Amino acid sequence: MTAIMPKQAEQSRPARDLASPLVMPARWLTVLTFAAPVALIAAQVWSVQASAPDRDMGHLQKIMYVHVPAAWMAFLSFFLVLVQSVRYLWRREERADLLAAAAAEVGAVFTGLTLLLGSIWGRPTWGVWWTWDARLTSTAVLFLVFIGYLALRGLTDDPVRRATWSAAVGILGALNVPIVYMSVKWWRTLHQMQSSPSTVDPTYAWGLRLNAIALLLVLIVFIAHRYRALQREQIAERLLDDAALLRRSGA
Amino acid sequence: MLSLQAEWGRVRAVAWKDLVAERRTKSNFNAVVAMAALMLLFFGFALGPDAEALRNAAAGVLWLTIFFSGVLAFNRSYQLELEAGALEQLLLYPGERWAIYLGKLLANLAFVFLMELITLPLTGILYHVAFPARWFAVLSVLVLGTIGFVSLGTLYAAMASRSRSREVLLPLLLFPMMVPVLIAASGATAALLVNDVMGDSGAWIRLLAAFDVIFLIAATWAFQFVIDG
Repeated sequence: MTAIMPKQAEQSRPARDLASPLVMPARWLTVLTFAAPVALIAAQVWSVQASAPDRDMGHLQKIMYVHVPAAWMAFLSFFLVLVQSVRYLWRREERADLLAAAAAEVGAVFTGLTLLLGSIWGRPTWGVWWTWDARLTSTAVLFLVFIGYLALRGLTDDPVRRATWSAAVGILGALNVPIVYMSVKWWRTLHQMQSSPSTVDPTYAWGLRLNAIALLLVLIVFIAHRYRALQREQIAERLLDDAALLRRSGA
Repeated sequence: MLSLQAEWGRVRAVAWKDLVAERRTKSNFNAVVAMAALMLLFFGFALGPDAEALRNAAAGVLWLTIFFSGVLAFNRSYQLELEAGALEQLLLYPGERWAIYLGKLLANLAFVFLMELITLPLTGILYHVAFPARWFAVLSVLVLGTIGFVSLGTLYAAMASRSRSREVLLPLLLFPMMVPVLIAASGATAALLVNDVMGDSGAWIRLLAAFDVIFLIAATWAFQFVIDG
């Protein structure tokens, strides 16, 4: 009897999962949805006002305020994908899969933003749109890994299959990140190309911090909204399936 | 011990089944080898007839050719299973899921190694590469790089072949994962073709070996989830 109980609980879980609210109460999400863009604008206003133009880069340096935190957020979301993928394979909770999917989508957007801003900054600073720097190149690879992850989700119809497969791809992709980084780094040192630029001066740390907080809010809001949308898509899919079954049975 | 022996028997049975199916049709192998030859010619056309430029590009071209033509082979290994519910029957047999994975991995390895047996000398001829003095090291790079490539290819094809767009999805999933293999394998091969005067190949070979160990274990573990899904 005790052996049967958990099984039953597990089977009823998906339904409860979907009925349960979001990653956070709806009211919080509403507040955050308005707070995030305000914080983002405030952070830009502050950093343009408060910090002097950089000696070498001038106001170009302001790009760093968004570029660097965007990269942090990208890595944060992919870490979330890894954790939720492991959780899905372990516990088979639907919400872990949906959260991983939401985080992967938002992470891909932030990775794209990181690459784009880095490129815009690099053109006047290094004189090139692109350099085969270890961090730059492995970020691009990471971007493609998660584009693959999202493509797999888009091309798989069965929800359980989609969840299981993308969890496996997410875990293997995350496992590969340090290996990609190391291999690109060795590849560059063996080829003796230009070295990477020095990172941002400590006096500019506040601009980074404010933007990090603002972008973290944006990240949470995006993930929460995408999670809610995915949840509703899942419910709609299920209702359509039920309706089709009912029609076929002639009821 | 006994159960491991039984699993090994299953591994061999799956590998043998796949290889026999391939040998009897042969159409796939011939097409993939023709594709590899075509790619070697095409890279040559793109890089120009200058012998020195071709020789310098040979290692990278060899690995790109292996990847781009090898990727055509993996979906086939599941395509056969999708007909007439063969996969369901395969899964109904007693035994562990990883035995199926290792069996398919061995069959795919044999397939890609055979393809390389033709591609390798062809690259040497078309790209004016002299027979390397350290041919054994070149061969071990080839083996290690191929194991890394095929171990993930076999896993990802189990998903891609059952998705809505397998032709696009498999390379899209597989190739970003192959970045370390491509860098390390072509780096080591390029170094060894000029007799590795700088001593670069050792680090690359270790990286390849580490990649193989990590992803062989990870793919063998992940396969049980993927194949049941």
